[in-house]
Amino acid sequence: MIKFLFDGLMRDKSRSLLPIIVVALGVMMTVFLQSYMNGVMGDSIEASANFTTGHVKVMTRAYNQNISQMPNDMALLGVDTLLQKLNKQYPDVTWAERIQFAGLLDAPDSKGHTRSQGNVTGMGISLLKSNEEIDRMNLRNNLVSGRFPNKPDEILLSDQLFHKMNLKLGDEVTLISSSMYGDMAMYNFHVSGTLHFGINVLDRGTMIADISDVRSALNMENAAGEILGFFRGKRYDDKMAITYADNFNKQYATSKDKYAPEMLPLSDMNNMGFFVAYDNEVQKIIIMVFIIAMAVVLWNAGLIGGLRRYGEFGLRLAIGESKHEIYRSLVAESLLVGIIGSLIGVLLGLFISYFMEKYGIDTSEMMKDSTFMLPTVLRAHITATTYFIGFIPGIISTVIGAMLAGIGIYKRQTANLFKELES
Amino acid sequence: MKTIVEVKSLVKNFPIGTGIFTALNGVNIEFSEGEFAGLVGPSGSGKTTLLNIIGSLDIPSEGEVIVLNKSVGKLSPRQAAQLRKEELGFIFQNYNLLPVYTVFENVEFPLLLLKMNTEERKKRVMETLEWVGLTEKVNSRPSQLSGGECQRVAIARAMVKRPLLVLADEPTANLDSANSHNILQTMEKLNTELKTTFIFATHDEKVIGYLRRIIRLKDGKIVEDKAVD
Ligand SMILES: Nc1ncnc2c1ncn2[C@@H]1O[C@H](COP(=O)(O)OP(=O)(O)OP(=O)(O)O)[C@@H](O)[C@H]1O
Ligand SMILES: [Mg+2]
Repeated sequence: MIKFLFDGLMRDKSRSLLPIIVVALGVMMTVFLQSYMNGVMGDSIEASANFTTGHVKVMTRAYNQNISQMPNDMALLGVDTLLQKLNKQYPDVTWAERIQFAGLLDAPDSKGHTRSQGNVTGMGISLLKSNEEIDRMNLRNNLVSGRFPNKPDEILLSDQLFHKMNLKLGDEVTLISSSMYGDMAMYNFHVSGTLHFGINVLDRGTMIADISDVRSALNMENAAGEILGFFRGKRYDDKMAITYADNFNKQYATSKDKYAPEMLPLSDMNNMGFFVAYDNEVQKIIIMVFIIAMAVVLWNAGLIGGLRRYGEFGLRLAIGESKHEIYRSLVAESLLVGIIGSLIGVLLGLFISYFMEKYGIDTSEMMKDSTFMLPTVLRAHITATTYFIGFIPGIISTVIGAMLAGIGIYKRQTANLFKELES
Repeated sequence: MKTIVEVKSLVKNFPIGTGIFTALNGVNIEFSEGEFAGLVGPSGSGKTTLLNIIGSLDIPSEGEVIVLNKSVGKLSPRQAAQLRKEELGFIFQNYNLLPVYTVFENVEFPLLLLKMNTEERKKRVMETLEWVGLTEKVNSRPSQLSGGECQRVAIARAMVKRPLLVLADEPTANLDSANSHNILQTMEKLNTELKTTFIFATHDEKVIGYLRRIIRLKDGKIVEDKAVD
């Protein structure tokens, strides 16, 4: 019987072709949108993780509470030991210590008087020991002049500030800030290179220095404001991050010390929770939209196809099928259409997604000077979900469409269905 | 002879607009095994309505219709389908072959519903196509056949499961004279050889010429019921 239905379906192109095309297109778009949203959202999350939050971040409780002020007087102490412990406890996480600070940058003239000044937001990262952080923060693409620091006391400065302050590469500048102990700190650096981010807040006044120099400048021996953790070779995984954080924080649960370390998952920082939640919701929304849109189209296609087939239904009733069996066979047919259409759609969708993952769309020209931190190359990202997500709307919508269209069979009297034969 | 259809005080009303239309008004009749009978009468006299009720495609408004010991009005849709599937064959004016299937598949369809195995199905279909003289057309599609050939396929489809009762509503209406005689002879042959009961609804004189019993209907009532030799 199934073979009989299948043969009929395949031979009657008007019955199979349109629905299969509709399903295949819908599924293809679902698959592509899923991988695309996944890619863009994921990349945004990664960009934020790499730049500021990490997948997880360790700070002192007090620092976390005042994080917007970059309160280095509340920084983590004994970082060496803490890092050793973290490395041992979480071997699948790479840890990176960072110091964020704010201050005034002063450029002196030949007599030592102030020539120009600018406010800076600074970041101390590991620049000299390895390129890991340079790669992580994708700084190579942002370098517009000069080079990366290769000896102590060299810094990178945002290009905009560099020009505003009338600086030349190699110029000496003095950072005026406060030390970890609250007293004034002054420290001399040389500008080795400049950066352009394309993001207003960063271009206005960013300074990046090697963390050991920042430690010297701010008197933060063996201290760091933050230790960022990155899942080795993996994208952000909210469940994993939350588990790690919970499990880390449990160790200090009984401590009342406000300088005790605390681990936060990315979703608990900088409104990233919204992003992460959105990332999860988006898939459901896409699926719902496609289920509804496709079901409506297929319902109508089914109605039109069904009208043409009332004669057939009447005949089948006469031969001895019940309405219920005919209805069921319509749904079974639609299931076949759904599966075939979904298979084609998934293949097409994966094909497009694959190219969008490999090549992406470079929007850096369009997105110049944005206020958001968005990835400049929009890429799809294929995950395990991408392979089956298309089947959900593909099959559900065809079946719903057929179920709705088939109700007409019940509405008609058997003898009237049968009458269609006579006309 | 065993009675296979018993119609008692049958009334069939159809709702039309605000009122009702009485298509059959107090019909009493019986059919026995092996009959070759016809409902004859002008258009609108209720022939199709009566045939549909006997075929359990419709139900009586009043009275009772017993087909093969089953009361049509009391069957659930599933039981009615079961009765049609196992015991009844239908032949229509418009053949109603399924266009996407071959002659073989069209004839095979009722056997699929009966869940007969492949080998037996094949044997039965070929045997039945032989009766109607269509063995060379097994793989043709209905669109490749003449009207007469189509109706012979429809007869084969009705006969393939060897039903006890075949209901034929205007089977010759779309056929020319030669083809009409051809299929009537085929049905007559099946009637005598297999003892299948045939009930026709018709106003075609050619059909009437073959009938061994003629039941005249007028305005939903039987006005004459006579045997012919
Ligand atoms: N579903 C229905 N609703 C309303 N009236 C109906 C319905 N079916 C049949 N009728 C009416 O019942 C009467 C008998 O119809 P029926 O089809 O039985 O006639 P018939 O004898 O087969 O005619 P014909 O020779 O034209 O086929 C007709 O007047 C028809 O209009
Ligand atoms: Mg009629």
